Amino acid sequence: MPDRRSVRLTCTLNGRRLSLDAHPMARLLDVLRQQAGLTGTKEGCGEGECGACSVLLNGRLANSCLTPFAHADRATIVTIEGIASGDDLHAVQEAFLECGGAQCGICTPGIVLAAVDLLERTPHPTEHDVRAALAGNLCRCTGYMRIFDSVLEACRRLSASRA
Amino acid sequence: MSTAVGGSISRKDGWVKVTGRAPYAADHPIAGVAHAVAIQSTIANGRITAIATSLAENAPGVLAVIHHGNAPKLYRPENDFMSATKPGEARVVFEDDRVHYSGQYVAIIVAETLEQARYAAELVKISYAVEDPLIETDAALDSAYLPDEFFGEKLTTKRGDPDGALSGAAVTHEASYTTPIEHHNPMEPSASIAVWNGDELTLYETTQWVAGARKTVAQTLGIAEEKIHIVSPFIGGGFGCKGFVWPHSVLSAIAAKKVNRPVKLNLTRKHMFSACGHRSETKQHVRLGAERNGRLVAIDHDTVVQTSTVEEFVEACGNTSRFLYSCPNVRVRHRAVRVNVATPTPMRAPGENPGLFALESALDELAYKLNMDPVELRIVNHADVNEHTRKPWSSKYLKECYRMAAEHFEWARRALQPESMRDGNVLVGWGMATATYPGIRSPGAAKVRLLQDGSVDVISATQDMGGGTYTTMAQIAADVMGVAIERIRTVLGDSLLPPAPVSGGSMTTASILPAIRKAAQDALSKLRQLAATMPASPFTNRPHDDIVAEGGRVFPKGADPSSGLAYEDVLKRTNQSEIEGEGYTGPGPERDKFAFQSFGAHFVEVKVDPEIATVQVSRVVSAFDVGRIVNPKTARSQGYSGVIMGIGMALMEHTVYDSRDGSIVTSNLADYAIPVNADAHSIDILFVDKPDPFIDSDGLGARGVGEITVTGVAPAIANAVYHATGRRIRDLPITPDKLL
Amino acid sequence: MQPFSYEKVTNEHEAIERARLGNATFVAGGTTLVDLMKLNVEVPAALVDINALPLNQIEDQSDGSIRIGALVRNGDLAQDSRIQSRYRVLSQAILAGASAQLRNMATTGGNLMQRTRCYYFRDPVYPCNKRQPGAGCAAMDGYNRIHAVLGVSDKCIATHPSDMAVALVALDASVHIRGANGERAVPITEFHLLPGDTPHRETVVRPGELITYVTLPSGPFGAHSAYVKLRDRASYEFALASAAVALQVEGTTVRSARVALGGVATKPWRALQAEQVLTGSTANTAAFRNAADAALTGAVSRRYNAYKIELAKRAIVRALTDALMD
Repeated sequence: MPDRRSVRLTCTLNGRRLSLDAHPMARLLDVLRQQAGLTGTKEGCGEGECGACSVLLNGRLANSCLTPFAHADRATIVTIEGIASGDDLHAVQEAFLECGGAQCGICTPGIVLAAVDLLERTPHPTEHDVRAALAGNLCRCTGYMRIFDSVLEACRRLSASRA
Repeated sequence: MSTAVGGSISRKDGWVKVTGRAPYAADHPIAGVAHAVAIQSTIANGRITAIATSLAENAPGVLAVIHHGNAPKLYRPENDFMSATKPGEARVVFEDDRVHYSGQYVAIIVAETLEQARYAAELVKISYAVEDPLIETDAALDSAYLPDEFFGEKLTTKRGDPDGALSGAAVTHEASYTTPIEHHNPMEPSASIAVWNGDELTLYETTQWVAGARKTVAQTLGIAEEKIHIVSPFIGGGFGCKGFVWPHSVLSAIAAKKVNRPVKLNLTRKHMFSACGHRSETKQHVRLGAERNGRLVAIDHDTVVQTSTVEEFVEACGNTSRFLYSCPNVRVRHRAVRVNVATPTPMRAPGENPGLFALESALDELAYKLNMDPVELRIVNHADVNEHTRKPWSSKYLKECYRMAAEHFEWARRALQPESMRDGNVLVGWGMATATYPGIRSPGAAKVRLLQDGSVDVISATQDMGGGTYTTMAQIAADVMGVAIERIRTVLGDSLLPPAPVSGGSMTTASILPAIRKAAQDALSKLRQLAATMPASPFTNRPHDDIVAEGGRVFPKGADPSSGLAYEDVLKRTNQSEIEGEGYTGPGPERDKFAFQSFGAHFVEVKVDPEIATVQVSRVVSAFDVGRIVNPKTARSQGYSGVIMGIGMALMEHTVYDSRDGSIVTSNLADYAIPVNADAHSIDILFVDKPDPFIDSDGLGARGVGEITVTGVAPAIANAVYHATGRRIRDLPITPDKLL
Repeated sequence: MQPFSYEKVTNEHEAIERARLGNATFVAGGTTLVDLMKLNVEVPAALVDINALPLNQIEDQSDGSIRIGALVRNGDLAQDSRIQSRYRVLSQAILAGASAQLRNMATTGGNLMQRTRCYYFRDPVYPCNKRQPGAGCAAMDGYNRIHAVLGVSDKCIATHPSDMAVALVALDASVHIRGANGERAVPITEFHLLPGDTPHRETVVRPGELITYVTLPSGPFGAHSAYVKLRDRASYEFALASAAVALQVEGTTVRSARVALGGVATKPWRALQAEQVLTGSTANTAAFRNAADAALTGAVSRRYNAYKIELAKRAIVRALTDALMD
């Protein structure tokens, strides 16, 4: 049931243009999960302190729990559901799968997005780059070891595919 | 012959996790779901005198406001862990007008949308008659009492004459150690979706125990267990806070009943700080007596913990001290104080973890007094049998853990004296500690189903909160069935499946895998019987025990496998859609003969920048003896996980209550710091990987690896900090203010 | 509760008019506002979205200064090559704070306007003079480990949480504010207000006024500068104490110095006494320690935050040492 103060905005979500209705200050996280049915974006803290809700908003990593729906207007949004091509995993996803970067898995969508964003900007990251890029994503399971491994493996795979 | 067990198999559930498709509790798409928001008390002690709900009830979209004054009758469940009725707290939600702690649920709003429920929640006005809360342990010490036992273990025990031995000891050490309240903070907050269909209830949960949830919720609602279906296929971490049944699972059910449609209740991070348990603060006093050669002659371990006014939960810190080292004179005592804080619950190695912080710190202090290497001190005091139960160990490779980890760490290069190792201006410290956790096993059941396409379902009502159960279940089935692991599907996290124990106590592997083995064997046996009845086949006129089913093929004993038929061909030719094997196993008389215990050791390097009072855990090498390693990849991940949680415990984690009014001031992930990736450096996890010959009768020999990994990390770090700085920190966490 | 109105504006004039008439709050990145609205700490009746204003450039000015639009995202500012080469301490400070996600969202103007992380401010159950003038302060005798020791009053001891602003203080930045009657430039040290008896007044920005730019003067402080941030974990956390420093050194003599502190004061703090001690002294640890002592002169601690006085001194000494080696 749309709020009477809700607005209709159009955006490109995972490559598809669509219109969504919500209050302009509704959280993008809630709109994605409830209106768009994309539950891969998770809520871990609701205040930008864990990164589980990360999405790519106009090509930049953002916390959807702190993003007003209004900012989705004419925006390009990519969620975890938009990373693979059908059943063909992105190299980052393959690497997380193989290296054990996902454990309980609840932080994984946000971390995969952060890693995709990193490797698009910095194809050959240093350890410092990886740490800085993933600093906003908390994980309680992996001790981050396997996440580092996964990002470096993804980097190798992407380099190989470019070569 | 396949050998999936022991192989580094990638997670079966990895694909759905990296694509965001794994449905966690809050993710299940339910048509027509209404949204609930739980309101928590803002006082810690007193009574609700009035709840004004009319504004909220008239707010847009609101369907119901439920509180103690209008809630349906609920019943206190048995509260017996052994019979799978274990609520987080004995008091049921909305039982009366009494408030026992800040954050207690006092009302729930149900509305069409989450936004509307949140808004309406702000409009509910609750009036209280406030009484002074009792928050701090020290303030409650006068009323400390001696709980008798906890989970079947006595909480006050003594052997020999500790006082006499201490007074005659050549070297003694005595000190107090404290650990603060800690929160599990899994990254997934709990959530519950309730769907009634007539008098039948389906609950989508994030629970470490679907069987416990079913029975406990059933008793609380006063309905038959068979009427409840718990679904929990994915759990975003638990660490204990999703083990027992907490009020949100009942709230969603009564809300859905009231509004006659499905209701979803998501907990916020703030809720997680009071609504599903925490680790109690502990205050421990340890006295050690030793001979000059390091032999312990006395251990006295005295513990005070908090529990709430609605449940008794005792963090049994001292119980490990009864047997971890050889010592003739040991006294262990636990006292509890009832305070107006939320109810504590198991958190990854309850008892062992804070208990070892005290014991292993104390051992380190004793080693310095003896001018002895701390590893040597532990080896001198190695317990060859469990001296508390007087049983021999089923298997024990603790010395091997010390050796492996020390060698890998290059411990031999360590200078004995504190403040003697440097890296430029940074002080370097090396410390170590022992790790331990019991090898628990419970009864468990499983089914293995062979389908006509040759694929296999392996089925049990166990859970996977990230540890790897989806994968290890498939591994054992792959080996017994002789089917490639890719062709095996794991089905778990559903109360309709064959019953399994709580995913806690590190018992899943030892409890479930033998049942799966049995079920797979049963399926193969049925397959052979089926083959024996096939007309016009290689098996015609052969008794079924003269038929072999292995490696995906059924063939006459002694014959070449190629002379037989593939599993699926047997099913097809007999027109069977599937064959189902069942397995049920449990611990037996071996439990009376042996002590089952896992052991390990952590070796830690810290770098302390003394000018700016910061500690970096630069290197950790941990070795564990947990019996056979079913999957080195997932087991090692459990190792990393325990170590990082131990780093958090050592350096940053602490929950603060405001003692004036009993509310939690650090109830978010900014103010309750857990480790970030910049806190994680080099971690190496090693396993002895020797099967425990007695834990199961099937030769698997795996004891479970979830909890032991965190035990001993915090003291190893504190010991390393002392070695670096000469500063002994006995009160966790070791924050910069304590090192100035 | 969601606000009654939400409106997007496309030029400064419109923004100011809307804000002036409607008692509205501006929203840019939203990181603070969305968070505090959920906690019911901020309950704006009307919102004016200013993201479409053309204030997202970093521009060199003819006098050698640099002008940063109020809507420049923190991440872009930190990564800008001019900032990295000429005002490195600013880049360092921004990168020491928050996360990539938050820095992508948060703006320059919004960062200056961010609210304190005081537990009691963020929980409407507690009295807070900042939230509700005259209500009292729960932090004063509560759990105040993260609270301020400088610039405190008996009404408020909440810290200003920004890292960026601390570097701006060290760099002598100015904040440009536009209102119905035109634009004014305010030195950053005067932009934030001490709590005094009115902790609810945090900046000189008046209702209806809009931050348009921050300017950084050209200065001799590019060469030797550093930001040091101390906290309980290694990243992604607010400072217990931080220091932004810049030195101008000739031989071994400090010609001039800038010392600013974060995490320990009620506003981004300029430590003028420390700068006086340093000016003309030989650049060495003893002088740095003297400066640190001077910086914390007059610090007032409460039950749980006394350690911050020493911790802040350590941060200053380390930052000065790093800056000298820079």
